[in-house]
Amino acid sequence: MTTTATTSSPHHSALRWAFSDVLTLAKRNLIALFRTPTLVVFAIIQPIMFVLLFRYVFGGAIPIPGVSYVNYLVPGILVQTVIFGSVNTAIGLAEDLQKGLIERFKALPMARMAVLGGRTLADLSRSVVVLLIITGVGTLVGFRPDGGIVPYLEACLVMLVFAYCLSWGFAFVGLAAPSAEAAQAMTFPLIFPLVFASVIFVPLAKLPWWLQGFANNQPISQATYAVRGLMLGQPHGNSVWVSLAWSIGFIAFLAPLAVNRFRKAA
Amino acid sequence: MSEFAVEATDIVRTFHDGSFRALDGVTLRVPTGQVFGLLGPNGSGKTTMVRILSTVLAPTSGTAIVNGLDVVKQPGQVRKVIGLAGQFAAVDENLTGFENLRMVSFLNHMEKSTAIRRSHELLVDFGLDAFANKQVKTYSGGMRRRLDLAAALVATPPILFLDEPTTGLDPQSRQDLWSIIERLVEGGTTILLTTQYLEEADRLCKQLVVLDHGKIIAEGTSAQLKSQLGNTVLVLTFASTDDAKRANDLIAGIPDKPANVDGTVIEATVSNGPAAAADALRRIDAAQITLVGLALREPSLDDVFLSLTGHKAEDFDSVEAPALGRRARRKAKV
Repeated sequence: MTTTATTSSPHHSALRWAFSDVLTLAKRNLIALFRTPTLVVFAIIQPIMFVLLFRYVFGGAIPIPGVSYVNYLVPGILVQTVIFGSVNTAIGLAEDLQKGLIERFKALPMARMAVLGGRTLADLSRSVVVLLIITGVGTLVGFRPDGGIVPYLEACLVMLVFAYCLSWGFAFVGLAAPSAEAAQAMTFPLIFPLVFASVIFVPLAKLPWWLQGFANNQPISQATYAVRGLMLGQPHGNSVWVSLAWSIGFIAFLAPLAVNRFRKAA
Repeated sequence: MSEFAVEATDIVRTFHDGSFRALDGVTLRVPTGQVFGLLGPNGSGKTTMVRILSTVLAPTSGTAIVNGLDVVKQPGQVRKVIGLAGQFAAVDENLTGFENLRMVSFLNHMEKSTAIRRSHELLVDFGLDAFANKQVKTYSGGMRRRLDLAAALVATPPILFLDEPTTGLDPQSRQDLWSIIERLVEGGTTILLTTQYLEEADRLCKQLVVLDHGKIIAEGTSAQLKSQLGNTVLVLTFASTDDAKRANDLIAGIPDKPANVDGTVIEATVSNGPAAAADALRRIDAAQITLVGLALREPSLDDVFLSLTGHKAEDFDSVEAPALGRRARRKAKV
């Protein structure tokens, strides 16, 4: 039996159901995530390895004036982690498409956009958990941000918004890819140069001169400046606003692409 | 209740900016309360048709009315009266059987208590209650299919679309699924199913259409199609192509229509299998041609195609790959 809404305000109830659909699918994606050990490894072990690797192996070779390397590093790793996390959006949607789940969802009387909404929301929640864990691990290896708790939370917000908006691009990739494996392979060349040709691991001055212009202005570096500046209580110019502008730009451009692709996909 | 649960008129669907016509003017009427079959080989357009009728895909042109509702103009309403079980068990492997059904119930906008009750009810109905709390990745192919079908039924839709419900299943699971389908129809559900198997269409479908290259090439009851086809296929194998050709001339008149000679093999559709076989054998023996093999078998979809179109029901996957490549690849995994 279907409980068709009979309230006097159909728009209100449609919105309520859309919201409920998003939550249903977000929950489903989170359950799946925590039952898939390889995904948990990808989400948590990998950034921990990065922290340890750069803190203890490469860190000694990268002197940063006025900041201990671990304090410089961890905010950048957090940015890297939430961005890598949004790759999950592509893989998850490609799998759903491959397994016929998108076809099933499209034939249900649910809000269609909840498929994308639920996916991106699940990946966002996952990023929140990972942020907490990596902050903990960072603290264990000597990360001592001096910016205070409120700027720390602001920093988290800036990067979560950034990664969320970017994840709509990955939603598009996932829906356009022929398989989950291909989706993963396709996201790599998109995200790898942006993450590594950035100020996440190395200060701008240590990069080759020809890379500096790009590395300084590209969105991931701007987000890193904002997050690091807020967390460490250091000047960070207008990077918070630049990051937010990029975020709005991403979602304004990428969400329609993803939605359009979703309409065609089955 | 209207006479027809589904009325599709002149449905065309093209892919690749019109360069590939998956459906080329399909018109069909599915009477309420029966199983209606869409028979055809891979790539004939069956899946595209089901996707259009279930609002997953929009037609390029033509109209489709499901339960009195237009699939293009009222897709939201249509989705409330249909259930879809696609070609491959579309269930989440990481969730348990119960969680899958509960999720689909929620997405059908049921209240929590109703959703839980309905999910348990279906798990019992489909013999999955013992595995309700096991992740679907531990399920067999047959169990997945049953869960998939259960998921299509959570909202007890009056119209059900089943796209190749038994492809890739072992004989026992296939039988189980057939019984379920028969039970559903007894309960008043209208079912449109696609299949590649004549046997399946024969067992389940009151009426069917045969699809080839996106066009309907035959329609009627299974009995009508069969009488058109002859009841049995007589297969004669010879040592050489020469022998086969000579024998074919000798047996002229025994088959209902000229036999198909493929190398050293003759395939002839005949109305009375044993008599035809004996007759053919006498003539071939009299001409002292050595017969290597003789068999009688039930007509297959290939025979229907051969008889209706004059060509074999080829596998069109390679042709359709650009349009439905994902599906073709998925097939490889079954």
